[in-house]
Amino acid sequence: MVFETLQVSIIIMNKEKIIQVEKLTKTFGNFTAVKGITFDVYKGEIFGFLGANGAGKTTAMKMLIGISNPTSGKAIVAGLDVATQSDLVKMNIGYMSQKFSLYDDLTVNENITFFGGIYGLSRKQIKEKSIQLVEELEMQNVANNLVGALPLGWKQKLSFSVALLHEPKIVFLDEPTGGVDPITRRQFWEMIYTQAHKGTTIFVTTHYMDEAEYCDRVSIMVDGVIEALDTPKNLKQQFKVNSMNDVFLKLARNIE
Amino acid sequence: MKIILFIIQKEFKQIFRNKSMLPIIFILPLLQLVILSNAASFEVKNIKFSYVDHDHSAASRELIRTFQSSDYFDIIAEFPSKKEANLQMQKGNVDVILEIPIHFERNLIKQNYTNLSVSINAIDGAAAGVSNVYITQIISSFNQSIKMRLQIYNQGNEVQPENILTIPSFWYNKNLNYKIFMVPGILVLIVTMLSLFLSSMNIVREKEMGTLEQINVTPIKKHQFIIGKLFPFWILGLVILTVGLIIAKVLFNVPILGNIFLIYLFTSIYLILILGIGLFISNHTETQQQAMFIAWFFTVIFILMSGLFTPIESMPSWAQKVTLLNPIRYFVEVIRMVMLKGAGFNDIKSQLVIIAIYAFAINGFAVWSYKKTN
Amino acid sequence: MKRFIGFVRKEFYHIFRDKRSMFILFGMPIAQIMLFGFAITNEINNVKIAVLDKSKDTETQKIIQKISNSTYFDIEQELSSESQIEAVFKRGKVKAVLVFENDFIKQLQTEKNAKVQVITDATDPNIANTISNYVTAMLQNYMQDKNKINNQKHQIETQTQLFYNPELKSVFTFVPGVMTVILMLVSAMMTSISITREKEMGTMEVLLVSPIKPIQVIIGKVFPYIFLSIINAAVILLLGYFVFKMPIEGSLFLLAVESVLFIICALSLGILISTLSNSQQTAMMISLFGLMLPVILLSGFIFPISSMPLPLQIISNIIPAKWFIIIIKAIMLKGAGFSIIWKETLILVGMTLLFISVSIKKYKIRLE
Repeated sequence: MVFETLQVSIIIMNKEKIIQVEKLTKTFGNFTAVKGITFDVYKGEIFGFLGANGAGKTTAMKMLIGISNPTSGKAIVAGLDVATQSDLVKMNIGYMSQKFSLYDDLTVNENITFFGGIYGLSRKQIKEKSIQLVEELEMQNVANNLVGALPLGWKQKLSFSVALLHEPKIVFLDEPTGGVDPITRRQFWEMIYTQAHKGTTIFVTTHYMDEAEYCDRVSIMVDGVIEALDTPKNLKQQFKVNSMNDVFLKLARNIE
Repeated sequence: MKIILFIIQKEFKQIFRNKSMLPIIFILPLLQLVILSNAASFEVKNIKFSYVDHDHSAASRELIRTFQSSDYFDIIAEFPSKKEANLQMQKGNVDVILEIPIHFERNLIKQNYTNLSVSINAIDGAAAGVSNVYITQIISSFNQSIKMRLQIYNQGNEVQPENILTIPSFWYNKNLNYKIFMVPGILVLIVTMLSLFLSSMNIVREKEMGTLEQINVTPIKKHQFIIGKLFPFWILGLVILTVGLIIAKVLFNVPILGNIFLIYLFTSIYLILILGIGLFISNHTETQQQAMFIAWFFTVIFILMSGLFTPIESMPSWAQKVTLLNPIRYFVEVIRMVMLKGAGFNDIKSQLVIIAIYAFAINGFAVWSYKKTN
Repeated sequence: MKRFIGFVRKEFYHIFRDKRSMFILFGMPIAQIMLFGFAITNEINNVKIAVLDKSKDTETQKIIQKISNSTYFDIEQELSSESQIEAVFKRGKVKAVLVFENDFIKQLQTEKNAKVQVITDATDPNIANTISNYVTAMLQNYMQDKNKINNQKHQIETQTQLFYNPELKSVFTFVPGVMTVILMLVSAMMTSISITREKEMGTMEVLLVSPIKPIQVIIGKVFPYIFLSIINAAVILLLGYFVFKMPIEGSLFLLAVESVLFIICALSLGILISTLSNSQQTAMMISLFGLMLPVILLSGFIFPISSMPLPLQIISNIIPAKWFIIIIKAIMLKGAGFSIIWKETLILVGMTLLFISVSIKKYKIRLE
């Protein structure tokens, strides 16, 4: 039922599919973490990828970013097959993990240089990028400080910007705002919006249901299966509730 | 290539930034080289000697004087009884007890036969063996000189005993300076340990910190990443080797008879092997703690089975075969041959080939088993 | 107290759940002791030597026969001229060359003195010296036996008694040595790493704000390792006793108490290291790289401390392993009681207290 309306909306919107996932499955031993999920993500949208802990969303995401091989099924990211062209996929995506993963013992500028470098940017490009980036983040005063000494919120904003250094088509954000104060979260989402306006596709997982409201479309994963996928507005209507939080609770309860 | 440079730059920055690691990397090893090279001697000297003299004759006193004049023995005490002496040996205060029986002198002259009893603390078997040789030599030369005098006294109606004179001659190291032997060996250990520990901790550290995942989503190639990560340690190993060689030459006066570039050639390949082992350990562990344990296990085995401290020839043949897998063994052999004996390229060719094949195999295996995806 | 027990239990789970670490912790010491017990020896056995016999008479043949019959030496090669010596040494297999002079037998019978030159490859001076001594002793024995047949007068017969280790087995020194190295490094390394790991991961702060006292946190972290190390010590002792036939002359109880004391000493050194380091990497490099060679070289494990230069003999006193090696050798081989080893025991106790009090002081400074 849900999927039929989705098919209709694709035709209506007629947008370019940037991620196509078909019956994607991941099995660890005799445990199946992701059970044949199928969905598409369109260019330039903010796609919310929701689910309770252990629902399989991180596993699914790892397959999309090419660091975990699918057991079966297919995923095309930016027109490339993740199973066979993972290195090319990686050229086209940015990734920011839930665990802060810049180097604490390098400075802001050094982190930018390093990650720019391994994405193949030239020294000149890196220099321009870092000036621009530090300015945008208003980090001029701390550009030569060790990243380890920055407050968490700043670190998160910095890692988001670093993930965008090589101007990827898609950015994957794995719970980017965990443990961050509400003001910084707000600012962070503003950065996401700005980026989405420039045409970058955002693929984001989150725990915060209010953040789900900011997304163009949201999928909810329960026990390795995508149980719902639509715009927040449609989902609320469909489940006859007022907030995404209630949608989520209803879905989780139905399963039990 | 450009990408590799970025990684190398980053690694060097991280190494030099960690202020508490710098002295451990640069000072500790060289300090150990300077201090520990003095420790590794099997030379048995200052043997704690004691005696029980029941005879108190001119002959017994002369025998004790012979021991006194030897460099090997320190005369610690004279004990009134064997019982007291044994107790002191148990306490570890004496190593040797010489018991001179009553009528020692009289029997020697009149009966043509007398005996002596010697007790040696043999807890350290090897040292006891050497002490035993020294004691036998001293007593037999004492005996010889007594005989000579008595025979002259007896107007030589005796056949003079035949004697073989052994003339020791120590080649390559005339003064038996064990430091000349130990300094290159300990330098090898230090270069090996440093590069093995640092490289085996390196990648697993990023794994534990979560930064490895970030690297894995970049399009970087396996070999770029690995070369970039290991190259700084390769350089570091060569730097430590260089400083160590300077210390060996200047401070310990160790000769460098052969071509020093042979040592560098060998070390360059050897380090690739060691770093490959480190990489392999790093790949197959989840935490730095596990990595360290495995590195520790192999290091202890490599060190003790390298022939540096104990001779390989004395090992049972299966163990000698095991040492063929030990990279330190080859490095110790080569550095000794080149520095002390002036060996040339042809003399160390076989070791070089073995190490090169070994390095190639280990690294091939390590790179192959390194997974960006799972 | 209940909280504390809960905490200790958590630490046990942490360690025992990690199968790989468990395997390493128990498997490796066993593997090492077996390997070294059988393989490592500083006895001289089957050393390859070459002979240059310029005389080739009945006497030299007899002597060469005697040398090749001994277990010490294998005669690898017979040389025909002095110019070959250099080459055999360069190849590295042969460690010594015996050169018998021209007309050896004639010299011996008419001059009463014949010369044998013992040329050794002294790049390893330790072995060279031992070989030289052994050859000298063998030749002397040979002549003594020969002269005795000729009815010598005024002969001194020496009866040598080797105490505590009559067969001169070097395994008796290596088993206690390896045990000490394993206990020292495992205990110090494990504690220092596991404490700094909590620091690095940020979980230490969580523990410190919990109602558990800091000292309980530390004891809780160390406790499982005391337990593990005791098992390791017991396994090594059992292997020493049953496989290598090490005697245990003294009291088993005393041996156990002293081992536990040494383990606690090593663990407190580990705690001290963890207070000095801010990352696992630093802790590991100090406890592994900083301790390994000094423990092997300065403890008397392989090289006798009495042969070292005086400054090093003094430095060796600060190595806890030195004292423990003295203690366990005394108990196992000499059957010593507490009255003989009280001094060494006291030193270990003192070191332990020192490590602990310095750690507590450092720890407090950090908390303020």
